[in-house]
Amino acid sequence: MSIKEEVEVLRNIPLFAKLESAKLKLLAFTSERLTFDTGQPLFQQGDPGDAAYIVMDGAADVLINTPKGPVKVANLGRHQIIGEIAILCDVPRTATVVASQPTTTLKINKDTFFRLINEFPQIAVEIMRELARRLDKTNEQLRQAVTKSGG
Amino acid sequence: MAAGASMETSLHRFVINHSKKETGFLIALTLLSLPIYYITLDIPKNVFNQGILGKGITFPTTVFGVSMDQVGYLFWLCFLFFCSVMVNGAIKQYINTYKGRLGERLLRRLRYELVSRIMRFPLPHFRKVSSGELIPMITAEVEPLGGYMGDAFAQPLIQAGTLATIATFLFIQNWMMGIAAIVFFPLQGYIIPKMQRKVNQLGKERVRAMRKVSERIGEAVAGAHEIHANGTANYERADFSDRLGRVFSIRFQIYIRKGQVKFLNNFLNQMAPLLFYSLGGYLVIQGELTAGALAAALTAHKDMSAPWKELLDYYQQTADSKIKYEQVTEQFRPENMFDEALQVPLSEAPKRLRGDIVANNLVVVDESATRLLDGITAAIKAGEKVAVVGRVGGGKEALAMALARLYLPSGGKLTYGGADGLTLSEPMLGARLGYVAQNSYLFSSSVRDNILYGLRQRPIAPKQREPAAEAERQKFLAETRRAGNLDLDGEADWTDLAAAEIKDPSALSSRIVEVLMAVDLEEDVFQLGLRGTIDPKAHPTIAGRILEARKGLQQRLDDKATEAGMRGLIEPFHPERYNTNATLAENLLFGTPIQPAFEVDRLATNYAVLKVLDQVGLAEKLVAAGREVAAEMIEIFADLPPDHEFFEQFGFISSDDLPEFQAILSRISRPDTPMLPEDRARLMTLPFKLIQTRHRLDVLTPELKDKVLEARQALRASEDPVVKVGVEFFDPDTYNAAATIQDNILFGKLAYGQAKASQRVGKVIEAILNDLNLRSTVVEVGLEFAVGVGGARLAPPQRAKVALARALLKRPDVLIVNEATAILDAQSQARTLDGVLKESDGRTLIWVLHNPTHASRFDRVLVIGEGRVIESGSVGDLQKDGSVFAELMTAAAA
Repeated sequence: MSIKEEVEVLRNIPLFAKLESAKLKLLAFTSERLTFDTGQPLFQQGDPGDAAYIVMDGAADVLINTPKGPVKVANLGRHQIIGEIAILCDVPRTATVVASQPTTTLKINKDTFFRLINEFPQIAVEIMRELARRLDKTNEQLRQAVTKSGG
Repeated sequence: MAAGASMETSLHRFVINHSKKETGFLIALTLLSLPIYYITLDIPKNVFNQGILGKGITFPTTVFGVSMDQVGYLFWLCFLFFCSVMVNGAIKQYINTYKGRLGERLLRRLRYELVSRIMRFPLPHFRKVSSGELIPMITAEVEPLGGYMGDAFAQPLIQAGTLATIATFLFIQNWMMGIAAIVFFPLQGYIIPKMQRKVNQLGKERVRAMRKVSERIGEAVAGAHEIHANGTANYERADFSDRLGRVFSIRFQIYIRKGQVKFLNNFLNQMAPLLFYSLGGYLVIQGELTAGALAAALTAHKDMSAPWKELLDYYQQTADSKIKYEQVTEQFRPENMFDEALQVPLSEAPKRLRGDIVANNLVVVDESATRLLDGITAAIKAGEKVAVVGRVGGGKEALAMALARLYLPSGGKLTYGGADGLTLSEPMLGARLGYVAQNSYLFSSSVRDNILYGLRQRPIAPKQREPAAEAERQKFLAETRRAGNLDLDGEADWTDLAAAEIKDPSALSSRIVEVLMAVDLEEDVFQLGLRGTIDPKAHPTIAGRILEARKGLQQRLDDKATEAGMRGLIEPFHPERYNTNATLAENLLFGTPIQPAFEVDRLATNYAVLKVLDQVGLAEKLVAAGREVAAEMIEIFADLPPDHEFFEQFGFISSDDLPEFQAILSRISRPDTPMLPEDRARLMTLPFKLIQTRHRLDVLTPELKDKVLEARQALRASEDPVVKVGVEFFDPDTYNAAATIQDNILFGKLAYGQAKASQRVGKVIEAILNDLNLRSTVVEVGLEFAVGVGGARLAPPQRAKVALARALLKRPDVLIVNEATAILDAQSQARTLDGVLKESDGRTLIWVLHNPTHASRFDRVLVIGEGRVIESGSVGDLQKDGSVFAELMTAAAA
């Protein structure tokens, strides 16, 4: 897969959808393509968050450690972004992510990511928008959960 | 052998003590030369009077039975004059050579003595002196002494003798002229030394001031961090400018005064001829003096100015040199030096250091009279394992150094197996006692050399030389002895394997590995070995075995049973395939560049490469590809500010070059303009750096890659000698001398974007090497790793471990470890402690612990505080409420 194809994939991700193509090319060019075998972890819960991953192909399980052992909470597939919280908030990984099939990702380093944001504020605006959307969604889920448990 | 016990305090003592015979010979020779010199003065008078004027002689005259007329006689006299000048010149030349050699020899002796003394300085003294002071003293400051020392006794005699000869000649001609020639000497002899004395004082001041400047330069270099961190560069500059200003005014004063001395001297010298012309002329007119005698006297007096000048110069030099000698040597006479007798070379194998170590009321005082140890009394039994603990600065570190006899006690007694610690020779202790400091120093050579350093107390096997070389060596040694230098052969084999209980050289390697294991360093050295290179011509067997490992790795990768994913980790080099994880340049060369002309940045201007590229029709394609890459890079990076990190990290075009490439692109887009050769080269260089899997640009089309493969074959087949010596080609069946062992095993590229590829491949390579019994071979290569100055190329924990290995390899009877493992991580500390304890079985071990929690591994614990033993006993005994040991343990746990 070449840079051009990667740019197409990035364009399909809401976070980056509105960026012009030269910026997307820069993002792709400065990112590392990383492939994982089935069962190979992208990162472990508690690791320092040093990068975000975009799934180009394949899928990965999100596991959270509990006293009873790891519990799978989600499965993320093509064109989804993984681990962006850890690089934005400087917190350790909140979950373990393991490739559930042979998976190709685009690894965006924390440093690279922040430099891009510094250089091109429109990326920051897009990210804010996306995060606000997610917060809204979470609030909605919380409200539903509260009403459910209350009712 | 080395020179006398103490160093002469005066320069002339030093010269006379070390050159009695030579000086005597020089004096005799000088005295012999004076009559001949007299003849050279006397003949011209006869040439004038008899030969030219024909006075006091009738012609024809008879010489040795040969009858001569006046012209013949004139030539005869001239011939005699010629002979006497020749003989006189030859003697002078001989004396000068002799003096020169004597001076150089004495300089060599002096330097040797000074260096030798540094090795006898008491260790605390090194807190006061810096190498910045010592180095210029031994190298530059004493340099002018070399010339002076040869002259010290001969020069005044030669010059005064010459003067006296001339004066005698003048007196014989006419007593009044004699007086005229020397009348100003007493005056000059009185005034000039007086003026000189002031210059000497200034000279002393200058040396002191300059030495201070060099010390401060040393500090400015060592403290560069602090100067930047505190922003004090200008504070330092102001200090330097003050100091240099002072040096300037001292030097200027010296200059003025020296000038005055010279002026006065020249002036008085000119006064004498005035007397000659007036007085001598009057005497000739009166007929009391012949014209020939006046002419000879004038010549003779002219000759007087040279020796007189030399004599005065000598006087000035004597003063200068005496100061220099005194000022230098006083720096090499610190108090409490190690006795010279302690360092006498061993003549036989060092004796074992058996028995108990007993310290009785031991006192050690540092250079500021602080008591580091204040009456230590302790007995350590042979074979006992003792931990020494205590607060920092309480004396535990000093105790370790005192027990290793690195600090000489200023009071009390220290005995090793009953023998007085102050009498044991240092080479002997060095062989049988191991000491590891907290910041051990590594010498700038290989790891192996540093580990073997502890076995080099005396030459073991002489160096074998051809008869001619041996004769040369003996001559060299004779001169060495004449200069009072140590005459042991530095090129002999000094490694005393027997002392380390290693039976023969073949057992050395396995013993080193054992020691490396004990100090937890084997894995590190193995990794160094993987990154090392070997010369396959010198080690064909090793190269062959590495190729086996290469095959083993490929088999393992091809093996169906290998875990999935392993296969994708490495892309092996294949002569007929394009390697997508290598750069285009690597794919083209398919080898390692040996000459710089084949480095990636210079390929596009390498005519041999260009020829091949043209031949297969790749050149134009590469230029076109370069154009595309440039356009892509400009699109991606154009909006970034010029100094952005991305350029360095990701771009092949630096931010400075970006506008240039923009210019190139616009230049070549114009129709009908031929491309400039340099534009072409620059564009062509771009695709050379492309790695398909990393850069993921569409430029690398299958067609282009096929062409690269074609060019690869053509380049390989090239008969061009530039190519043959410039590139070491890859070959699946050949060891590549220019590549590391690891790269030789890998014979391929790690695949980009495979998570943890490097670690996973590393594990496989290690397993393969272990299976093939090649681990020790790789460790051997790792042992040849050059550690750099002070071991700077090793990590600090690795340095500490090398120092421990150096001490362990000696199999010392007593091993003293002075907080040497404090820098290691906890796991490595525990492993190292285990290893050292095991190695020290049956031997005495004294370990100063920075962390008392390890004390339970020892037979006994000494708690040191305020320079004394506060508590002593087993951990069980000491660990009770209220004990200092319990306190230390609590502090360590917190």
